Amino acid sequence: MRRMMTFAKRCFAEVLRDPLSLLFGLGFPLVLLLLLSAIQANVPVELFEIERLTPGITVFGLSFMTLFSATLVSRDRESALLQRLYTTPMTGCDFILGYMLPLLPMAVGQTVICYAFAALLGLTLQVNIVYAVIGIIPVAVFNIALGLLCGSVLGVKQVGGICGALLTNLSAWLSGVWFDISLVGGGFEKAANLLPFVHAVEMERALLSGNIELAAGHMLPVALYSIAVTGGAVACFLLQMKKQ
Amino acid sequence: MNAVEIKGLRKLYRNITAVEELSLEIKKGELFSLLGTNGAGKTTAVKMLSCLTRPTEGDALVGGHSIVKEPDKVKAIIGVSPQENAVAKNLTARENLELICGIHGFSREKTCERIKELSAQLLPMEVLERKAGKLSGGWQRRLSIAMSLVSEPDILFLDEPTLGLDVMARYELWDVINALRGRVTIVLTTHYMEEAEALSDRVGIMKEGRLLTVGTPAELKAKTGEDKFERAFVSIVREGNT
Repeated sequence: MRRMMTFAKRCFAEVLRDPLSLLFGLGFPLVLLLLLSAIQANVPVELFEIERLTPGITVFGLSFMTLFSATLVSRDRESALLQRLYTTPMTGCDFILGYMLPLLPMAVGQTVICYAFAALLGLTLQVNIVYAVIGIIPVAVFNIALGLLCGSVLGVKQVGGICGALLTNLSAWLSGVWFDISLVGGGFEKAANLLPFVHAVEMERALLSGNIELAAGHMLPVALYSIAVTGGAVACFLLQMKKQ
Repeated sequence: MNAVEIKGLRKLYRNITAVEELSLEIKKGELFSLLGTNGAGKTTAVKMLSCLTRPTEGDALVGGHSIVKEPDKVKAIIGVSPQENAVAKNLTARENLELICGIHGFSREKTCERIKELSAQLLPMEVLERKAGKLSGGWQRRLSIAMSLVSEPDILFLDEPTLGLDVMARYELWDVINALRGRVTIVLTTHYMEEAEALSDRVGIMKEGRLLTVGTPAELKAKTGEDKFERAFVSIVREGNT
C-alpha cells in the first residue's frame, strides 16, 4: 500500500508539473464552454444550451486523461525509469493502481471546475450536479484505463498521434456533444451507440436533469466498457512488464 | 564468500543467443567488470542477475538467493543503475530519492537520514532541489546511482555508468565508485578499457554471449603479453574469433 501510494504521489506530480496537462486538461474544456455559450447567446441551438452542453464538455474533457495516462506510462517505459522500478520490490498491482489512482481525483476535479465555470455562465446550481460529478467516475476510469492500455503498448510518439489526435476526435465525433448523431443516422449512429462515448454523455445529461432511470440505462454500457478496458489495460501492462 | 554465483546462464531471444553458458563467481566486496564489444551480452547478463529478465536456462545465486526461484529476495538486496538515466524528470533530485525510499518502505525519519547521507556522498544540497530533467548528464548519472544506493544494497549493478559523460564527469564518477569499494559488491559493465582497468578488482571479457576469460587487468595483460590493457582486450576478443 505504501509503495503504491508513493508511486501514485510521483505520478500525480509528474502530470501536474507538465504545463501542457493544465492547458489541455483544464483550459481547453473551459474555453469550449465559453465559446459555445457565446455562440448560443447569439444563435440559440438546443444542443448548446448550458444544461446540455456542460455534461458533454465534462465527458469530452476526460479524453485528455487518456492522453495523460498514456503519455506517463509510455514515457516511463522509454526512459528506463520503469526498468529501475522493476528491480525493486514493487508489484504489478502497485504499478497499475499507482498510475490510475492519481488521475481519478484530477478527473473529478476537472469536472467540478467545469460545472463551477458553467454556473458562472448561467447553469443553475442544483443537487443534480453532485450526482453528475459522482457519475463521471466510471467514465474517468474508462478513459484512464484506456490510457494505461495505450501507454503499455505504444511509444511516446505513437501515443501523441493515437491518444492525442485519433481518440480525442473519435470521442468528440461519436459522443453527440457537437451534433445530434441521430441526424446522421445509419451506420454512424449504430457505431456510436455501440461505443461508450455517447452513453457517457447521455448519462451525464440525464443525471444533471435528475432522470436517474435514464441515466442507469446509459451507465450500463459505460460500466461494462470501463471493466473491459481496465482488464485489457492490466493484462497489457503486466505483459510488457514480463517482457522487460 | 561469494556474493554472486552464476551457474550456466543462458538467454535466447527467439533464435538469437544473447548469453551462452555463463558461469562465474564474484566475491563479496569485489568490484567486477564485464567487458565486451556491442552485443556481447553484458547488459543481458546484468538484466538476468537483477531479475529484469528470466534466463532461458541456468540459474544464479545473488546474495545466496536464486534469481529464478526467489526474485523478490534478490530484489530486496540489490541496487541497479540502468544504462540510461532512470530518473523521474519532472521531480526534483530529492523527490526522486524520496520516491525510492518510499518504495522501500522507509519511515519519514529514515528517508531524511538516508537522503542526508547520499547528499553528502553524491549530491550537494543545491542539486537536490533542482528538477532531475534540468540537471546535466553527469549529475543525472550521479542521481541515478544515488537512487540505486538508497536501499543500502549488498550488491550494486552499474550498467555502463559513465557512458556519454565528459572526462571530468567520468573521473568524478570514478571517485564515487571507488568510495563504494569494499562496502558493496559492484558488478559493472563498460566499454571503456581505462575505466575497467582503473576500477576493477577483476574483469570478465564477453563476446557473442560467451565469457572468454576472467582475471585481474594485470593477469590479462600478462596472459596476452601486452603492456596496455586495451591491447590485451583486443587480443583476447580477436582470439575468441578463431
